[in-house]
Amino acid sequence: MSRSAILPNRGLADRLSALFWRRPRVLLLLLITPPLLWLGVVYLGSLGALLLQSFYSIDEFSGVVVEEFTLKTYGELFRAANMDIILRTLTMSASVTLASAVIGFPVAYFAARFARGRWKAVFYLGIMLPLWSSYLVKVYAWKLILAKEGIITWAADSVGLGFLLDAVLALPGVGGNSLSTSFIGTWLVFVYVWLPYMILPMQASLERVPVSMLEASSDLGATRGQTFRSVILPLAMPGVIAGSIFTFSLTMGDYIIPQIVGTSARFIGQAVYQLQGTAGNIPLAAAFAVVPILIMLVYLSLAKRGGAFDAL
Amino acid sequence: MTNAVTFHKVSRHYGKVKAVDAVDLSIAEGSFFAMLGPSGSGKTTCLRLISGFEKPTAGEIRIFGQDVSDTPPNRRSVNTVFQDYALFPHMNVRDNVAYGPMVAGVGKTERYAKAEEMLALVKLDGYGDRKPGQLSGGQRQRVALARALVNEPRVLLLDEPLGALDLKLREAMQDELKALQKRLGITFVFVTHDQHEALSMADQLAVFNEGKIAQIGSPSEVYDRPATPFVANFVGSSNVLPPSLTAQLGGAAAWASLRPEAIRLVAKGKGKMNGTVAALRYLGAGSRVSVMVGETEIAALVPAGEAAPEAGAEVGITFETSALHVMAGS
Amino acid sequence: MHSEARPSKGLTAAAIGGLLFLHLPILLIFLYAFTTEDRTYQFPPPGLTTKWFAVAWNRADIWPPLYLSLRVAAISTAMAMVLGTLVAAAMARSRFFGREQISLLIILPIALPGVITGMSLRSAFAIMDIPFSTLTIVMGHATFCIVIVYNNAVARFRRLSGAVLEASADLGANGFQSFRYVLLPNLGSALLAGGMLAFALSFDEVIVTTFTAGQQSTLPIWMLNELVRPRQRPVTNVVAIVVFVTTFFPILIAYYLTRGGSETAGGGK
Repeated sequence: MSRSAILPNRGLADRLSALFWRRPRVLLLLLITPPLLWLGVVYLGSLGALLLQSFYSIDEFSGVVVEEFTLKTYGELFRAANMDIILRTLTMSASVTLASAVIGFPVAYFAARFARGRWKAVFYLGIMLPLWSSYLVKVYAWKLILAKEGIITWAADSVGLGFLLDAVLALPGVGGNSLSTSFIGTWLVFVYVWLPYMILPMQASLERVPVSMLEASSDLGATRGQTFRSVILPLAMPGVIAGSIFTFSLTMGDYIIPQIVGTSARFIGQAVYQLQGTAGNIPLAAAFAVVPILIMLVYLSLAKRGGAFDAL
Repeated sequence: MTNAVTFHKVSRHYGKVKAVDAVDLSIAEGSFFAMLGPSGSGKTTCLRLISGFEKPTAGEIRIFGQDVSDTPPNRRSVNTVFQDYALFPHMNVRDNVAYGPMVAGVGKTERYAKAEEMLALVKLDGYGDRKPGQLSGGQRQRVALARALVNEPRVLLLDEPLGALDLKLREAMQDELKALQKRLGITFVFVTHDQHEALSMADQLAVFNEGKIAQIGSPSEVYDRPATPFVANFVGSSNVLPPSLTAQLGGAAAWASLRPEAIRLVAKGKGKMNGTVAALRYLGAGSRVSVMVGETEIAALVPAGEAAPEAGAEVGITFETSALHVMAGS
Repeated sequence: MHSEARPSKGLTAAAIGGLLFLHLPILLIFLYAFTTEDRTYQFPPPGLTTKWFAVAWNRADIWPPLYLSLRVAAISTAMAMVLGTLVAAAMARSRFFGREQISLLIILPIALPGVITGMSLRSAFAIMDIPFSTLTIVMGHATFCIVIVYNNAVARFRRLSGAVLEASADLGANGFQSFRYVLLPNLGSALLAGGMLAFALSFDEVIVTTFTAGQQSTLPIWMLNELVRPRQRPVTNVVAIVVFVTTFFPILIAYYLTRGGSETAGGGK
């Protein structure tokens, strides 16, 4: 045999491939540099700019941003009115998260344990489509539903439960003129919009519970209720926590929903939006935006301890 | 005779892990060479060093005398049958087999003709239009073989190619591979952890342990004259006698190996040593009897038809003196 | 012994109720596009008409936002597909120092509330005196679309056995041939699915956009203005249907493209 054990080089493509083979790091660097530059410069740079802005202040007379380091803006953040906004947002986020978990659990549990074949696909699409479909359209749908002249009032009146609706709306603090101008309305829309974000991770963690484990539990004499409390719920917990990261974070940062459905009481997102826009106070807007970041950092580190990241 | 592959002090270290450590190796052209060893012993890394998917951290690899240190896998005249076959899932069988000629720029008619020829070689004529997913494990294995042979490599590497097949199919493929290698006359380098496979197929075999080669030789050399207790143990589950026992039997004070089939069990006191039967295992073609001689367990093979002793019985052990192989290594 | 092979009636009802809760509200959007009442959200509609589709078609203020949204979504998706695929390829093929940090960095734009991404970009534009333009909108969208493409691509990379690329090289293909003949055909559908989802996400994004658009209006911003100050309410419904359909089909296609794998699209938004 006269054939060489080494095949000939066929040009530039071969030579480049050989270079990547000899130095795999070169290829890695070529691959990762453009996305890293983008995320590092555009995104991290912007986050840095946000932080920087929050340490600037605004000149009260001229309304011009003073580009000097100061803690004045953060001091402003701790005014009673602003603290109210933060507390209101946190309360809303917590109650939305809780409701999403309660409403979402049966769906996730059913989809993970009992849905088979075609039903599995129905449940999957049934959760995924609302997750991805237009946010604004979903909010708008609820504007229609909750309107004073809308379907809920009509339905309550048709079955003679109008008095119940009136009683709910008369509740102090959460009620209002109509559902679409009440705290309850805002809460309902939040729950609706973020519910799929809770269901998917819950379903993922429930799917990892082996059926044999449930059978073992009932074999050992546990009732359904006991199995649920002592086996299913603890195993589903990482999923619930993972889901709660989404529902909590998304509620905390939203400013469209309370603007369209709800009272005039503001949330953090609205405050940020109005301060940077009409009020032109970018430093205070930035300081407000830092609040959810800090809260989410704390939340994430707690969740990490709960093992939630395995369910993501 | 030229050597197809030579390793000169080749090492592949990953940090502190020495996957392959200063290995010297020559594989003769046209031979069927087996690399045998437990998982993690370095045999697969050696194969990947030949194909170029791993680069040595030290040493030199030559293929037909040419240094390939700077040659990427696509330019080595070496092809591989991968462990999980690694067929291209989006291509049919014909395109899989014709892939090598295609990337080399061979025209469609010619490369398809070549693919059909290779498929005929592995007895898969008429399967060209199927997708890999529609084939059985054995058929996939043949496609992988045809695909690797189409480029007419000078060395064919096989990475545990029969591992995923069931016993019957595996035995049939062993014969076929052997016949194919004879017919094509190419060097086959075959990685396996199955000592029977290595012994029955290879002309030469290297036994790997912890990144080093424990012994290289023909199957009978390795089987009959294991160089170290590890080889004795791994190749054919031989009895390994400690130096004290070897000396007691009249040999030098060194480790020795003794094949179970070389031992005959006799009445107590009539043999070279005495022991107590600890356990019996019926194997069909005979029984494997474990005899405790002091602290050492000695296995003996009693052919079917002969009376096997019962557990707890005191027996004598005897064998031809030439069967006792004193090892050099420790 | 009772096995839990069958769900209880209560659980079935709650599960189906949950699904209906997620889907029924959308139907009202369709119904209200046909109502004759254009000043309130009266239910049931006093009468039905199809005239609003024609009215919407002739409203000059709808077309520019629609064009802008399509343009922004197309550009952002293209950028995200390139950047997301690159980073997925890098992350899938090797372990290196800082890998964990990079994966966190990719996920951050959707893990943090949109208002933060929006406000951050707004702060950066303010500090650097960058005027608002289509480009500023695209910068925001591309950033959060990268993770969508990345998620789809990296899952497929993981499923694609590494030995397949080795086999290609073994048979004589250089890196570019392996990319063209092996990697791309196997990655294609996952990339397309990622692109579809990125497009859907960008097309209807409003939170970040309001911070980066300045005076320009994307279709969602147009809708938001109509929600706050309604005129001809059914026209808004017609637009809502357009937005819904424009995002619905890419999502459905993405699902079918990746169905059957462990990495079905949409697992994480």
